[in-house]
Amino acid sequence: MSEVILSARDVVREYGGSGRSNASRGKVDAVAPSRVLGGLRDRAGAIFGIGNTPLRAVDGVSLEVRRGRTLGIVGESGCGKSTLARMMVGLLAPTSGNIELDGRSVEELAREDRQKLHRKVQMVFQDPLGSLNPRKTVRAILEAPLKALHGMDQKARRERVAELMSLVSLRAEFTERYPHEFSGGQAQRIGIARALAADPELIILDEPVSALDVSVQAQVLSLLADLQARLDLTYVFISHDLAVVETISDEVVVMYLGRIVERGSREEIFADPRHEYTRLLLSSVPGKHRARARA
Amino acid sequence: MTFTAPKIDEKPASTIARAAPVPVQSGRPSAWRRLTSNSVASFGLALLAVIVLIALAAPILPLADPNITDVAHRLAPAFSAGHLLGTDQVGRDILARLIWGTRVSLAVGVAAALTAALIGSAIGLFAAFYGNIVDMLLMRGIDMLMAFPYLLLALAIVAALGPGLLNAMVAIIIVNIPFFARAVRGATLAVVRADFMAAARLSGLSDLEIVATELFPNVLPTIVITLSTTVGWMILETAGLSFLGLGAQPPQADLGGMLGDGRNLIQVAPHVATIPGVVILLLAIGINLVGDGLRDVLDPKLKSGGIARALAKTAAAPADERKRKLSSLPQPSTATVPLSLRSLETHFLIGEEVYRAVGGVDLEVKPGEAVGIVGESGSGKTVTALSILGLVATPPGRIVGGEIAHHGEDLVGAPLARLQAIRGNRIAYVFQDPLTTLNPLISIGEQIAEGIRRHQGLPRAEAMRRAVALLEAVRIPDAERRVGAYPHELSGGQRQRVGIAMALANDPEIIVADEPTTALDVTTQAQILRLLNELRRERGAALVFISHDVGVIAELCDTVNVMYGGRIVESGPVDAVLGAPRHPYTQRLLACVPELGRAERRIDPIPGLPPATNALPPGCAFAPRCHLADGKCSVGEIGLETIGEKHKVRCVHAELTAA
Amino acid sequence: MGAYILRRLLLMVPVLFGVTVIVFLVISLIPGDPAKAILGTFATPENVAKVNHDLGLDRALPIQYVIWLGNLLRGDFGRSYILHRPVIDEVLDRLFPTLLLAGAALVLSSVVGLSLGIIAAIRQNGWQDKLITVAVLVGISTPSFWLGILLIFWFGVRLSILPVGGMEEMFGGGGALDIARHLVLPAVALAAVAGAVLVRLTRGSMLEVMRQDYIRTARAKGLSEASVIFKHAFRNALVNVIPIIGLEAGFVLGGAVYIETVFQWPGIGRMLVNAISTRDILLVQGGVLIVAAAYVMINLLTDIAQSFLDPRISRS
Repeated sequence: MSEVILSARDVVREYGGSGRSNASRGKVDAVAPSRVLGGLRDRAGAIFGIGNTPLRAVDGVSLEVRRGRTLGIVGESGCGKSTLARMMVGLLAPTSGNIELDGRSVEELAREDRQKLHRKVQMVFQDPLGSLNPRKTVRAILEAPLKALHGMDQKARRERVAELMSLVSLRAEFTERYPHEFSGGQAQRIGIARALAADPELIILDEPVSALDVSVQAQVLSLLADLQARLDLTYVFISHDLAVVETISDEVVVMYLGRIVERGSREEIFADPRHEYTRLLLSSVPGKHRARARA
Repeated sequence: MTFTAPKIDEKPASTIARAAPVPVQSGRPSAWRRLTSNSVASFGLALLAVIVLIALAAPILPLADPNITDVAHRLAPAFSAGHLLGTDQVGRDILARLIWGTRVSLAVGVAAALTAALIGSAIGLFAAFYGNIVDMLLMRGIDMLMAFPYLLLALAIVAALGPGLLNAMVAIIIVNIPFFARAVRGATLAVVRADFMAAARLSGLSDLEIVATELFPNVLPTIVITLSTTVGWMILETAGLSFLGLGAQPPQADLGGMLGDGRNLIQVAPHVATIPGVVILLLAIGINLVGDGLRDVLDPKLKSGGIARALAKTAAAPADERKRKLSSLPQPSTATVPLSLRSLETHFLIGEEVYRAVGGVDLEVKPGEAVGIVGESGSGKTVTALSILGLVATPPGRIVGGEIAHHGEDLVGAPLARLQAIRGNRIAYVFQDPLTTLNPLISIGEQIAEGIRRHQGLPRAEAMRRAVALLEAVRIPDAERRVGAYPHELSGGQRQRVGIAMALANDPEIIVADEPTTALDVTTQAQILRLLNELRRERGAALVFISHDVGVIAELCDTVNVMYGGRIVESGPVDAVLGAPRHPYTQRLLACVPELGRAERRIDPIPGLPPATNALPPGCAFAPRCHLADGKCSVGEIGLETIGEKHKVRCVHAELTAA
Repeated sequence: MGAYILRRLLLMVPVLFGVTVIVFLVISLIPGDPAKAILGTFATPENVAKVNHDLGLDRALPIQYVIWLGNLLRGDFGRSYILHRPVIDEVLDRLFPTLLLAGAALVLSSVVGLSLGIIAAIRQNGWQDKLITVAVLVGISTPSFWLGILLIFWFGVRLSILPVGGMEEMFGGGGALDIARHLVLPAVALAAVAGAVLVRLTRGSMLEVMRQDYIRTARAKGLSEASVIFKHAFRNALVNVIPIIGLEAGFVLGGAVYIETVFQWPGIGRMLVNAISTRDILLVQGGVLIVAAAYVMINLLTDIAQSFLDPRISRS
């Protein structure tokens, strides 16, 4: 078994004291950093102290990610998987517990040496266009990490951008265009290129194909698999789609209401689910009879 | 797990360009060009330019001294010798005073607007970016300023500081700061939440770099828009303070001051007050027109005239034009068939571009049958479904060809009243996102009951009793009480149950469900699908089910139609089409879909992108991405050929695709 | 609902408190000796000493505020040395005319604004819409004080059909009809800009709402267009427009200053302009405070009206 690159111990993350249910926040449960929730907080509540039940998005999660492998995290909206993703890259700090990257606390690195942290771990987001600044060209987007994280000079950056574009199979002339000129699949490839620009060891993929059409989703999944093999990457792949997670993962954890309810190898989880919730999830996937009929 | 090597996008440039769904254009047209291409904004710009140029040129224009009094020639009317616009009560030349006054008003207005923009935007940016306590304190302060009626606070400030142009300006600045602070804070919050801000942090950018290169450029349009809408007010308000005698002090006069002077002379010399008013009006019109134009350019969402209201019914070409192609087709639909679409073509006209969203669709729904339509975004499946009852938004949609027959009656040409009698009654819809498709202000019971009243003419109480029964039928617990609940009080799954109850309300013959579970979690989806299927079977309703998810279609439908580029490329019984697909697109689409329990299967992506419907290739729309394509695929009309029992495929190479 | 109203009422307390803080700070901006400024020509050494003592002006700023606020809470807004009467009496005398004028203008602008906005939206791009759009552009660009002067010139001087100044006839006036006749021109002048802004927002809001999915749902149920437009669309548009009507109350109360000056309407606005020119600081302060308080109340009412319309506010 390969070495552990990232490990989480009893990680808890709570959101503000807002009494709001997470239903209103829908699928983007964890996108909101604390300050946003703070801003949304009911003014009356803030002033008179009404309704202060903190919301536990992640409730005591422990897991390990092994180098060169893919850990799939699967769960429905509101299960805390995106919050967990944000903590893994240091965008959010855990309320308690610890996440370690190569033996160093991510939270600490995020505070003290953000550059070092982001040279090691990167993230790809769900909304391909939303993760690209609409007012920057692709070149500007890709050069930012090259300069800020690796201090490359202009010539080196030019070469590396060309290399990144070909890595994600985008044509070179796209470099000078703006994000709105791209389709979802192309934009997601730019997002992947941006993550690769940091030359990371670990990439957290937060629902990277959920917003894409089936045929484009297949293109991106296939690109991700190819990159993993060529660049020796480790993935944490987060999705609500069980079939996609099964396709890409080596190990899988199933999350429900902020907790991990089941973990195991891909074969264990999908062939022999133990937890009732995992079974419910699997039995809910439509169109199984077709697969069975053909298998 | 195996993947084929990615070869995506490595097609020749020509096919890519044709298949690209986004308009291929490098860079964006400059904001300036877009502004000046708007004729109304250009007019405003020209008006403003003339006024500003004249005001700027005041020192070099051959004008009388604006402050020299000449009581002998007081109140001369317009067009007097030497005084083009006459003289005021002490004989000063009105034209000269007007031009110099415009200078003052413009300078004060613009300076006030820029200062308020600077301070207000800084407050808004800080509040949103730092959040929490900073936000709380700053915004409470802003709320306090906004607790005053707009002008009153300005008056209080002038009262404290004393009358004078500079003090009036300070007052106007202070009362306008909140508008900027609020607008910019809102815009900043939206940007702060965006993923690209997180991406920028991950790219290693410092806080300062993030604010300068990510945040600010995306907030700037909001600042410019607010500036363009407030600068007009500020000029009016400074003029107002001068009018009251609290701004510019004699002998200096701005436009407001001149108006104030002329006010008491309105009976004897109306021109003294009228002329400066006209200039203020023209100035404000120019600014407002340019402001509207700027807003349209910078924030297309807010475009004032740009939001087109959808008509009650999709526009349609006249029957003879629509049915021209139909005569050559066999089997006219009969009265026994609940729904039959023949050669349906629905287009969108956006600017000069024609998007052929639906390019000739044939579909038949038999009593009690479940018909699936599957395809990726842009394939035309939803537009097909909405065309049935004329629910495609017009503008820009228009049914240009074919017919939709409901028991032999053509629905496309039917008058609105006839269509309304069928909508929700014989044919009912269930839409995609139950949060946005229910009216947030009306209780769920009423939203169900109003349809019952409309079609069955039942009294209010009786209709409501039916609504309760329907809520029970869709298994909403405690229906008696929940009937008064509002959509926001329900979960996503419950909302879609309400959507189904609404569709079932009048026992329709056909239910059209457009991606009804796409917005739901997988466990909820399973429940809703089961419910929908059970209820429609119980009641004997046919189902037209639209989805991008092959698995859902397989689970629910008897027959399936695969759409690509606005046409059905393959249709037939679900087992035949999904079990042994014959169109290359269907085959490759199925190869793209990961299947549970078959992780070892090859995921084989289709290269390239789906075509844009405004640039469909001739012949087969899939040809540019197809491994079997040759010259034959890109010419003429390719028909839907029968290849098995009820199994049809639109491919010239169908003989090559058998497994 | 009751809980919501109670919460809104409680929230008014800090807002009103903030209003007093700002008024206090603004007045403390007065350059030089405030007592002299307050007394103006009456600034004899004895008077200055008395005012300094009464208002606690010889103490530190926070203590001054506490004393001042204490006086306010007891209804003591100070004394106008120019009018020789307590500020509160003068302000209250003039409150009714201002509220009458502003209220009439607000009702007029709301009725006209909402109806024209709906017509423009329903007839989008038709001639009605184009006509209304041009009228709106002129409306929002016209200074209300200038419009007032023009109205006086045409309806009062040239046509002589309506009175052009004051609130009632000097002799034998004062009846409701008399006041109404005097109210017409100033109310129209004051309502024009506010109404134009409202037309624009109503039109935009209606068009926005008409694009929403639930309008398509309503149509898919087979409802009549009248029901779609008024029951489904207009109510939702109103939710966006009502807060704007609240905001317009502020514009109308402020704009009343011009209109009262132009039409010699005996309200707080004209009183304020006079008080500013005579440097009657305490009178300005009292007038501003009372009108601001009235405005806060109006906003409370619009908030409550909105909560009746929108269950997402009242039931969460």
